[in-house]
This record gives sequence, C-alpha cells and structure tokens, in this order.
Amino acid sequence: MVALWIVLAIVVLLALALIVMYNGLVRRRNRVQEALSDIDVQLKRRYELVPNLVETVKGYASHERELFEKVTAERAGLVTGSAADKVNASNQLTETLKSLFAVAENYPDLKANQNFLALQAELTDTQDKIMAAQRFYNANVRDYNIATQVFPTNLIARPLGFEPFEFIEAGGAEAQPVQVKF
Amino acid sequence: MATIYTEISSNKWRTVVVMTLFVAVVISLGYVFGVALDLPWLLPLAIVIAAVQAFSSYWWSDKLALAVSGAREVHKADAPELYRLVENLTIASGLPMPRVYVVDDSSPNAFATGRDPGHSAVAVTTGLLGKLDKPELEGVLAHELSHVGNYDILLGSVVVVLVGFVVLMSDFFLRYTFWFGGGRRRGGGEGEGGQAGAILLLIGIALALLSPLFALLIQLAISRRRELLADSSGALLTRNPNGLADALERITADPQSMRRINKATSHLWIANPLHGTDGRTRGWLAGLFDTHPDPALRIARLRRMAM
Repeated sequence: MVALWIVLAIVVLLALALIVMYNGLVRRRNRVQEALSDIDVQLKRRYELVPNLVETVKGYASHERELFEKVTAERAGLVTGSAADKVNASNQLTETLKSLFAVAENYPDLKANQNFLALQAELTDTQDKIMAAQRFYNANVRDYNIATQVFPTNLIARPLGFEPFEFIEAGGAEAQPVQVKF
Repeated sequence: MATIYTEISSNKWRTVVVMTLFVAVVISLGYVFGVALDLPWLLPLAIVIAAVQAFSSYWWSDKLALAVSGAREVHKADAPELYRLVENLTIASGLPMPRVYVVDDSSPNAFATGRDPGHSAVAVTTGLLGKLDKPELEGVLAHELSHVGNYDILLGSVVVVLVGFVVLMSDFFLRYTFWFGGGRRRGGGEGEGGQAGAILLLIGIALALLSPLFALLIQLAISRRRELLADSSGALLTRNPNGLADALERITADPQSMRRINKATSHLWIANPLHGTDGRTRGWLAGLFDTHPDPALRIARLRRMAM
C-alpha cells in the first residue's frame, strides 16, 4: 500500500514537472514571436516614411533619379523575405539614405525645409528602433534557446517541437568593411 | 545564481522588510515616549504617522522624489533626442515607456524612481544633457532603465519616504533646538515655551541617536551591488560598456556639486550628488551615507567588459 502511494506521488511530481517545463517553453516561444513582430512594426513604419521623404526631396532635386530608384527598390525589401532579410534591407537602405542626405547638402532650400528635417530625424530614429527591436529579439531567442537546450528541458523540447530560433545578425551593408575611395 | 529574477524578488522582499521595520519602530517609539513622558496621545499619533507613511511611500514616493529634486516632465516635442533614446532603450529591453523628467541643474546626474516598470520615471539633469554625447547618455539611461527593470526603484523610492524622513527630521530638530530653541529658552525661562523646547530637544536627541542607525538601514537596503548590477545589465542593453564608462568618467570629473543636495534621495542618483565636495566638508557621518560604489571601480569593471 505504501509503495503504491510512493509510486503515485512520483508520477504526480513528474507530471507537474512536465507541465511547468512545457508551459515555460511555450511562454518563452511566445516572447520570441512577439519580439519578432515588434521588429516588423518598426520596419513597417520605416516603409511608410520613405515615400514622404522621396516626395519631399523630389520637389527640390528632381534629377537625382537614380538615387530615388535605388531607395524605392530597397524600400520594398523592408516587407519581403525573412526577418533577417528585412533587417538587412533596412541596413542597406540606411546606407543609401546617407547618400541621399549627403545630396541634400547641396540644396540649401531643401536643407532648410522643416518637413525634410523632421523626416530625416524620424528615419534615422526608426533605424535605431529597428536595431533596438533586433537586440530585444536576440535576447529573447538566447533565453529561449538556452531553455530548450539545458537538462532536463532538452528531453522534452525537441520531441514536442520546440525548435531553436536563429539570431538575426548584421549582414550585408553593416557587416562589410567600409570602403574608402579617393 | 544571482539572476535578474532573483534580484526582483529580493527587492520586493526587502521592501516589505523595510516597511514592516519602519512601522514597528515608529509605533514602539510612540509607545515608549508616550509612557515615559505621560503623553497618551503619542501612541495613536505614531500609529497614524506610521500608517500614512507606509501607505504614501508605496503610492507617492516617486512623486515626492521628483518634487524634492525639482524635476519637470518632458514630452517628445520638448526633448525629442532624450525621449527617443529612452524610447529605443525600452524597445531593446522590453520595458514599458517611463515618464521622462528633466532637472535644471548643471551638475551631470540622473536617477530613476517609481513603484514598478509600469509606473516609473527617469530623470536627468540639464547638465547631463549638455555635457554628455549620445553614446554616453545612452549608457546612463540604460543604467537607469536597468534599475527600473530590477525593481531597484521600488525599494529606493520607498526608502526615500520611510528612512529618509527620519534623517531629515533629525537634521531639522537638531538645528532647531540648538540654534533657535536654545536661544529662546535662555531668554524665556520656565513655562509653556520651556517645556515645548525641552520636548523638541528630547525628540531631536532621540532622532539624532537613531539617525546613524537609519543611515545604516539605507545602506543595508540599498546595497552597492545594485549599482554594479545595473551597470552590467545597462551595458548588456546597449552592447556598449564604454558609453557608460565614459559617462561615469565625465560625471565624476565634473567639479560641480548639485545645487539641491538631499541626503534622503542621494542614493537614487547614478553618481553621488555630493561628489563635488569630496574630502573637504565630508565628515564621518557623511561617509555613512555613501550608497555608491567607488566610481573608479565601476569604470574599471565596464572597461574590462568592453575588451
């Protein structure tokens, strides 16, 4: 009789431990997914700001056609592909926008335009926000991946379909060394 | 293992301990003095004071700390750069957006207060905004947001009201009785005024005796380890330990002391607001109020992280 109770107690304890581990993994996975959508929110905001900037600059420097086309093409990258692709597209766009802002230096009227200055500040800020959201995402991925890999949670993680997430790392424009041309 | 989660529960636990201790001390003081001086109304008064303070320390301590420091709230339109920096750090840390305050003081410093991340505030001096560049400012703000995330702000702010009150009162009573009360008693002689003066003197002496004890309490409650932990997690947030290290160097090198120095809130600030008067006017009592680790140690730690 006593033995039966002990076995029962062990089974209940094991079941409780499983529930706690499973719920912990679900919670962490949801945090990762939420962090991912936070990045998208910022990317979307950037996506919506770019046309305003292009229109404003066009009013003063209409012949910089090539630059506008490049910006527009890269803007599309903000909402297509994987999260890493989108973040990299955003980094690329930041570089192109730098050239656009440099061009703006040649147009005193544009430089003095309040709307342009506001857009410039906003766009620079969205890039900072995307990078902040990316750091938050990576921190959550780190915590989640650790949780799926430590013992004893790793025993249930894979069988129950808790696959590790990939970090979003800087690639493309940011990872490449700066080229200096004279 | 000390993680951020054990730190949070430790802070909540310590807050409960400090509150309970405070209520117990005030009520027993009321009882002892009530019996000794034959003043029966002293005990109920003490109970009311203890209850009101414990209650307000939880709900309004942040407002008091901000008001004592002379902080005014700013919005995105007033200080877009500062606001954006805080905004971006909240995104990186997953914390809700705190209220942002600016203190008009040319000495660079900053603090955070509130009872939980949802009701928090970050305050910086105009000196900090003027003297630090963007990565340095970001480092300081990340440090403050770490205090918010760790619930250091809850304990720190509760201590302002509970313990700081005793320190302030003892200062007040001692000055009052020695400078004014003493003079008046000599002139007035015996009577009502003399008795009131004697009671004030007694309270003053009692508080003065208790004051170092309470200062010690502040120290126990606000361990210096907290600052180091906030330095580390702040650096983790910005991924740039040098930003905060540079900022600390600049802050400690600044010769200016803060205009409104308040012993009750000094533990909240990122750097000791008294640092400008180092070594000259500071006595042993001021040393007791040291709630900050040696800045050189903090900078060295951050530099090591950056390597």
